[in-house]
Amino acid sequence: MKMLTITEAKLLVREPLALFWGLAFPMALLAVMGLPSSNIGGVPLVTIYEPIVIAFIGVVFGVQGIPVQVAGYRERRILRRLATTPAGPVRVVAAQLIVSLVVVLAATAGVLAVGRLGFGVPLPRQAAGFVAVAVLSATAMLALGLLIGAVAPTARSAGAAGTVLFFPLMYFAGLWTPQLSPATRHIGQFTPLGAGAQALRDTMAGSWPHPQALLVLAGWTLVCAVLAVRVFRWE
Amino acid sequence: MTAIEVEGLSKRYGPKVAVDDVSFTVAEGEIFGLLGRNGAGKSTTVDCLAGLRVPNRGRIRVAGLDPRQDRRELRQLLGVQLQESQLPDRLTVGEAMRLYASFYPRPADVDGLLEQLDLTDKRTTRYRRLSGGQKQRLSIALALIGRPRIAILDELTTGLDPVARRDTWQLIDDIRNQGVTIVLVTHFMDEAARLCDRVAIMRDGRIAALGAPAALAQPTLEDAFVALTGRRTS
Repeated sequence: MKMLTITEAKLLVREPLALFWGLAFPMALLAVMGLPSSNIGGVPLVTIYEPIVIAFIGVVFGVQGIPVQVAGYRERRILRRLATTPAGPVRVVAAQLIVSLVVVLAATAGVLAVGRLGFGVPLPRQAAGFVAVAVLSATAMLALGLLIGAVAPTARSAGAAGTVLFFPLMYFAGLWTPQLSPATRHIGQFTPLGAGAQALRDTMAGSWPHPQALLVLAGWTLVCAVLAVRVFRWE
Repeated sequence: MTAIEVEGLSKRYGPKVAVDDVSFTVAEGEIFGLLGRNGAGKSTTVDCLAGLRVPNRGRIRVAGLDPRQDRRELRQLLGVQLQESQLPDRLTVGEAMRLYASFYPRPADVDGLLEQLDLTDKRTTRYRRLSGGQKQRLSIALALIGRPRIAILDELTTGLDPVARRDTWQLIDDIRNQGVTIVLVTHFMDEAARLCDRVAIMRDGRIAALGAPAALAQPTLEDAFVALTGRRTS
């Protein structure tokens, strides 16, 4: 398992596109939001965008990365081959999830550092709550990605599905319009990143995440993971 | 002793019968060939031996183990090279070998195996930069890295140039001399005639002929194959 995880980590580091969209782009986006030093209702734009950018990282590695990796391994018969070895196919998928979770959390820490050092955004005041929400947002995205990867017949179709999902997920996180209308917000609080981005924002400001947000994130994680395991196509 | 026993094996995919009441045994240390045209049921048979598919009927024992119930033990003893199985593009030859070696309690020597398969100077080359023949040789190396007692090699030399084919044949001889039982799935009659102690020629999911290549050859194995399986070999 250790060897599989190290190998998957090396492979991810060798994917320049994943690193660009998952690491470089979010930080650059944050920097762009920080430069004009504009604000909405007295709150600096960079502070508003920090949770959105963190949500974005989860989508890139979870919903866009994982499905392509999993479906690609199935398409290239790597899972099938592993099924003939003592390692089995389950562990390599687990290794992919572990590596992606670690990378998402590391990139999240990176965004916090850029925000703090570059633009004076305070670090989350409710640190424990922030960590809980960041982890749950990441697992929700990974579980959703696993579900896509479980059924997508090819890496290409898995990538397409991830891209299509990117838009609604990030819309409710507020990527295009940080201030959603009340009606959209009402729907948004039941989507993983609508709940996630709001809870990240709350914990950054110093309050505990709303229990409903934690439930929504845990629910998406659990339901997607269980469904993925049940419908997983090994070949 | 018997390495593999197959008795009354049948496998359907929906209404389509892929393997129909197939029986054979493979002795320990033997090289057993499975021949047949595309769709004859060779790969399905091999998948059932490896525990990748559940037969509809029949009894299989590989090294005395049931491929489905005793999967865990069997995976330690069986090395499988699958048709069209690839590796991640950005994985190097050396990394792939070390990764697969880590799956087994006492793996073969990575350097020695790479040397045997003429891949030593490709150690740091990424999978996608390998030629077809090099990929094939790496796939064979991965099937042998766990020191299997039984090896199943599907389309062993497809995509290899004539020199690489001869080298691979030599390798198979060497492995057999170490006491490994080998099931070879192949299209190539010369390969089967050269390597196999016995062959089964499959047609429409059944075994059309079974015996030593020399006994079946009339006058060559290829003639026998064509006579048994219809028009030309594909």
